[in-house]
Amino acid sequence: MRIVVDTGNHIAAKAVQMARVDVVAAYPITPQTTIVERIAEYVEKGEFHGDYICVESEHSAMSACIGASAVGARTFTATSSHGLLLMHEMLHWAALARLPIVMANVNRAIGPGWNIWSDQNDSISQRDTGWIQFYCSSNQEIFDTIIQAFKLGEHEKVQLPVMVNYDGFILSHTSLPVKIPEQEEIDEFLPKRKIKWKLDINNPITHGNIIMPNDYPKIRRAMQEAHENAHGIIKEISREWEERFGIYHGELLELYKCDDVDYVLLSMGALGAESKVAVDEMRKKGRKIGLARVRVLRPFPKKEVIELARHSDLIVIDRNISVGMEGALFTEIKASLYGEVDAKVYGYIAGLGGKDVTFKDISKMCERVMDGKYGGYMIFDVEG
Amino acid sequence: MAIKDLPKEEYVLPGSAACPGCPATIALRTVLKALGKRTILVIPAWWTAVIQSWYPHTSFKVPILNIAFEAAAAAASGVSSGLKVLGEKDINVVVWAGDGGTYDIGIQALSGALERNTDFIYICYNNQIYSNTGIQRSGATPYAAWTTTTVGGKREFNKDMGAIVMAHRIPYVATACISYPEDLYKKVMKAKEIRGPKYIEILTPCPPGWRFSMDKTVEVGRLAVETGAWPLYEYENGKMSFNGFSKLILEGKVKRKPIEEWLKMQGRFRNLFKPKRDEERIRRIEEFIERMWEDFRSKV
Amino acid sequence: MIKYDVVTTISYPKKGAMGKTGGWRAFKPILDKEKCVRCLRCWIFCPEGAIIRKEDDSVEIDYDYCKGCGICANECRVKAISMVREESK
Repeated sequence: MRIVVDTGNHIAAKAVQMARVDVVAAYPITPQTTIVERIAEYVEKGEFHGDYICVESEHSAMSACIGASAVGARTFTATSSHGLLLMHEMLHWAALARLPIVMANVNRAIGPGWNIWSDQNDSISQRDTGWIQFYCSSNQEIFDTIIQAFKLGEHEKVQLPVMVNYDGFILSHTSLPVKIPEQEEIDEFLPKRKIKWKLDINNPITHGNIIMPNDYPKIRRAMQEAHENAHGIIKEISREWEERFGIYHGELLELYKCDDVDYVLLSMGALGAESKVAVDEMRKKGRKIGLARVRVLRPFPKKEVIELARHSDLIVIDRNISVGMEGALFTEIKASLYGEVDAKVYGYIAGLGGKDVTFKDISKMCERVMDGKYGGYMIFDVEG
Repeated sequence: MAIKDLPKEEYVLPGSAACPGCPATIALRTVLKALGKRTILVIPAWWTAVIQSWYPHTSFKVPILNIAFEAAAAAASGVSSGLKVLGEKDINVVVWAGDGGTYDIGIQALSGALERNTDFIYICYNNQIYSNTGIQRSGATPYAAWTTTTVGGKREFNKDMGAIVMAHRIPYVATACISYPEDLYKKVMKAKEIRGPKYIEILTPCPPGWRFSMDKTVEVGRLAVETGAWPLYEYENGKMSFNGFSKLILEGKVKRKPIEEWLKMQGRFRNLFKPKRDEERIRRIEEFIERMWEDFRSKV
Repeated sequence: MIKYDVVTTISYPKKGAMGKTGGWRAFKPILDKEKCVRCLRCWIFCPEGAIIRKEDDSVEIDYDYCKGCGICANECRVKAISMVREESK
């Protein structure tokens, strides 16, 4: 184990190298670009065992990943914002084909107007594609989650693609210290990919031809079951990582000071890291509040959220908006509780388009709730 | 080479979902005889996605990856790259796409795959229409042809896809026609032995799409070549050469048959002859074809 | 064939994936073996692979799958194949 100080994107590239990825297909986009640049450097120096396909678009990036994964290669791509949106069709394809491709998505707002800063609307728009979705809050978590994502996606009971999200610039371009295990340790944790199906000239199957209405629903049901399986396997993998490397980022949720509290704050990504500071500040003032950082959005941590709500009311801050409704996390948390537990849930949206959200802003939102002054659901960035 | 020299091995099984008289299965049978067992097909959304028949059965004996309409060449890049890294050698990675997936929606992915030197064979099955969705115009549809989106006849001429592909300066480009199976077989065999991107485009007359009787599929293809509407050529090491009847046309050893013979066989050109002969449009077609051959002569 | 243990759209090769497609036929090709010169044009042009090529390059029609398109008859240079209307079933 050694400590490296580097940006989130370079750490992601390091994880890809150490996961012994066979094929990377990716197209540059701000703020993801320095991942692919670093991988290209590895290739040039002979430090990358696989192949990097310089595709001509993100749609082709995901299509090439599907092709490579379908012959048995461990496959990775990285993108952001509009790039992820261009991939959308093929995200569905990869998941329905049950190919364990791993992607780093550097969360960035969507235009117009052009905005390159952090916002989760890109990945939130992909919730229904069948991909597992992680949201990271530190460079250490980026490294660890990318390695874990291969193990999870390739697990025989999962066989799904995995998206590892983290905030543009806040993490992608910020240097932070990261503990990097030795290559042999990674190899022990992450053995070679076990293949569940592939294009094999000695076993000539056809993948993805016409499927009739009577058969199609079972393909979807199997995906749903795989997500349900992933729920437990994420926990196993998190614990195994802690045992091997002494690092723990939580499971589907990362719980921070949640015992014996009246309120639990829920948020995702770097906002989750900032929320920790806010919780500490509020607790100093005697507030009984903890934090549950949502690390995994798909499969949704429904059971865990219900447990939290049995003992406390919930405050949700979303860095995204499902226009015409509300923040996605807010909706999903309320849906999870329906008919299970009668807790109050308060919601805010903050940090859209990279708008800075400080621990003071977070405290202000929470205190308003705790003081009985919650004025209803709103976009904090605009209405303050 | 004679027909009897083609291998007996079949990779398309009888009892598929293809229409009677379908040129796709005619072409696929010959192409797969040349490619053999060590082949992976990548097929975008189009008529051959239907021909495979449906889950959980397939009519093909080589592995197939079906993929979205515009994605075939990119997916093939991934297949080719994956096989290379995993050390699986001597497997033909072959895209089998229609003219819609090639000329139009898939042209970006194709151009990208050619430019980055993907080791694969891209086969464009050109029936000059979007047939899977029920006969709409494509970039390959010829001038004046009826389709359900050009009911008075197409107002534009088709693209020269061969020239677009050759502009990528890849090692091998060829055109073929289902009516000349030995020629098609030889071209696929040649492409197999070359590393890097190879492009073969096959003209495949579609009975319901072109409006002719299904027993005439091969005859309509043959007449396309004999009238010069469809040229048979190869492009290797930066040079074009012509094959079979097309070679004779190019060298002036035979005169092209009148284009009307080909047009009149197809109901899609009925607008040109009924209720009265459309001299202007027929002349434009004739001029277009003559200019194409003049252009070829200047290149060889 | 190995059956893969994962639920996605994986299909396995089958002769007659759409059943006995001979039932689609309206006209039936009849081969006159006396006239056949074993040029194999019917074999190579058959869209269905329903013309069976034998060891000696003589051919037989597989009526289980022949869809009756008539290309074989149209392409036969010695007119050894004729198309006759199927008896109504």
